[in-house]
Amino acid sequence: MFIIQRRDFDILISALKQRGYTVVGPAVRDNAIVYDEVNSASDFPVGWTDEQEKATYRLKRRADEALFGYSVGPQSWKRFLFPSHVKLLSVVKKGKTMEIQSDASNEKPPQYAFIGVRSCELNAIVIQDKVFMNEQFSDPTYVLRRHNAFIVAVNCTQSGGTCFCVSMNTGPRVKGKFDLALTEVVGNGVHHFVAEVGSDKGAEVMKEVPHKNADASGAGVAEKLVDATAQHMGRTMNTDGIKELLFNNIDSAHWDDVARRCLMCANCTMVCPTCFCSTVEDATDLSGDYAERWRRWDSCFTMDFGKVTGGNFRPSSKARYRQWMTHKLASWINQFGASGCVGCGRCITWCPVGIDITAEAEALRKNSVRIEAEHSTGV
Amino acid sequence: MNARKPKVAVYKFASCDGCQLSLLDAEEELLAIAGTIDISYFPEASRRMVRGPYDIGLVEGSVTTPHDVERIRAVRKECRTLITIGACATAGGIQALRNWKDVKEFTRIVYANPEHISTLDRSLPIGSFVHVDFELRGCPINKFQLIEVIVAYLHKRKPNIPTHSVCIDCKLKGNVCVMVANGTPCLGPVTHVGCGALCPSYQRGCYGCYGPMDSANTSALSAHMIEHGATKHELMLMFRGFNAYAEAFRRESDSHE
Repeated sequence: MFIIQRRDFDILISALKQRGYTVVGPAVRDNAIVYDEVNSASDFPVGWTDEQEKATYRLKRRADEALFGYSVGPQSWKRFLFPSHVKLLSVVKKGKTMEIQSDASNEKPPQYAFIGVRSCELNAIVIQDKVFMNEQFSDPTYVLRRHNAFIVAVNCTQSGGTCFCVSMNTGPRVKGKFDLALTEVVGNGVHHFVAEVGSDKGAEVMKEVPHKNADASGAGVAEKLVDATAQHMGRTMNTDGIKELLFNNIDSAHWDDVARRCLMCANCTMVCPTCFCSTVEDATDLSGDYAERWRRWDSCFTMDFGKVTGGNFRPSSKARYRQWMTHKLASWINQFGASGCVGCGRCITWCPVGIDITAEAEALRKNSVRIEAEHSTGV
Repeated sequence: MNARKPKVAVYKFASCDGCQLSLLDAEEELLAIAGTIDISYFPEASRRMVRGPYDIGLVEGSVTTPHDVERIRAVRKECRTLITIGACATAGGIQALRNWKDVKEFTRIVYANPEHISTLDRSLPIGSFVHVDFELRGCPINKFQLIEVIVAYLHKRKPNIPTHSVCIDCKLKGNVCVMVANGTPCLGPVTHVGCGALCPSYQRGCYGCYGPMDSANTSALSAHMIEHGATKHELMLMFRGFNAYAEAFRRESDSHE
C-alpha cells in the first residue's frame, strides 16, 4: 500500500497520457457525473456528489473537495469497451462479385485508461469478458479495446441510494483485475489516496507518481471507510435460491403486475453494465455499389428483438420483462457461471418510472411463498 | 437494377409541406438522388409532370375532404409502392385536433358562406383509406430516414427504421436522462425514434413528434407523472399534439378528459 497526495494526482494522469492512453474519468455534464475524456483533476467532479433513489438522480455539493465522492452515474465503462455503434464491415461491388474494404479486426480503437472504476463496475467488466472473450467466441471489437485497457479502480467510500453490491458479493472493495486501486481519504486537513498496485503495468506507472509507503494506520483508515460503505447499502437483494425462485415462477401473476408499470423503453438494459445485446444493420448507398454493416446496442425490451420469420416470439410486455429479469438473475448463472447483476443500482435509478429489481424479486418471492402456503393448506 | 430509372411521385394532401420539403432539403444527397430516380411528379418542386404509373409514391398529408378520399384511391392505383411520410399522413396530423370538435361549427365561424365547404368530420391518416406499404413517422420526418427508405425500396431491402423508444437513442448517444436527472416531463419512453433524440439532447423533454412507439405503455407514464404533480388536463394536452389521433396517444388523452 502506498499513499499518493492529492496534489500529485495530475502526475498520475500525465503518466498515463505519456504512455499513449486516452484517459477517461468522471466529469460533470448535463447535471450528472458521466465518464468522459479527462486531461487533469480539474475535469473531475471536484466537490460533487449524487443522491439517488428510484427514478431520481440529483447532483449535490459536498462539504469537501473530493474527486470520487459520488457513487455510480448513468453510464458504465461498457460504452468504451462495447461501444453503442461499431462499423463491422464496408463492402464495394466489383462487377458480379464484391470486395471487403475494411472489417472490424483492422480497426485501431483508442488505448484507454479508465480512472474511477468501482468494484461493481470491475465485476461487470469481468462478466462482459466472459461474454465477449470466452474460449468458444471472441469478439474482435471488444478484445481490441479490452486487452490494452489500463484500469485505475476506486474503492467506494460512500454508498448510493440504489446500491446493493454487498448482496451480490461484488463490492464495495475492489478485488483483483485492476492495474491500480485507490481509496480516497479526505477531511481533517488531509487529502490523499491510499493506493494498491495490481499489475506490472500498474507498478511501472507508480514509479513515476510521487508516493510514500502507507503505514498500518494509513491503510487502516482506508479499510474502515470501505467497511462503513458496506454497512450503508441503499438496497438489499435476497439471493437465496434466486435461480430456482425465477425458474419456478414463470407463470407468477406478479409478471402481469410489473408489465402494467413497465414502459418497455429499455433504459434498464441500456444503463446495465453487463447487458450485451446488439443488432446488426446493413445499409447500402443510393448506387447500391457500396454497403456498410453496423452493430448497435439492442435490448430484449424492443419489439424488433423477438421478430423472426413467421412472427414474434416475445410479443407481450410481460414476456419481455420476465425474460430480462430471469436472464439477469437466473439463467445467466447457467450460461456464464455467475449472476448477470452486480448490484450497481443503475436500472433502479434510471428507470423513468422507478421499477426496482430488488423490490420485484422480493414481490415474486412473497407471491411464491403465498402460493406454496395455499397449496400446502389446500386453499 | 434495370436501365430505366424508377419513377417517383410526391403527393400532397392536408399538410404544411414540411415533409416533402425534406426531400429538397437533402442538399448534399439531392444530385445523387436525382441521378438515381426519375422524379416524375412533384408539383412542389417542378412543373414537369410525367404521367403514371409510378414505381414509388410518397404521400404527405391527411385525408380531410370527400375529394381527398377519391384522390387517394386514384393515387394508390397509379403507384406500385405507396409510402406515407409524416405525422399528417400516418396519424392525421395536428389538424386531427378537430376530430374532438364539431367541424360544422368551425366552418360557420370561419367562412362567410359555409355552404360551399365540403369537408369530412375527421382528419384521418392515409392508411384509413388505402393500403400503405410503409409509414415513415415524424413531424417533420427526418431527411436521412427518408433517403434510407427510398434507397431500401430501390434495392429491395428492409429499411433500417427502428420502432422502439426515444430512450434507446438517448442512451446510444450518451445523453443523461432529463426525466431522472432534472425531473423534466418527457414523452421519450413512449415515443417512436427517428429524430435522433433531438429535444433531450438539448435538455428538453420529448414532445412525441414521431408518435407512439411499437409497444407504448402510455398509462404507466401518465401514472408516474401524476404522482409527480402533473394534472389530468396537462396530461391530456401532452398526448394531444402532432400525433393526437394515433391510437395509443388518442386513448391516453381521452382517458384524461
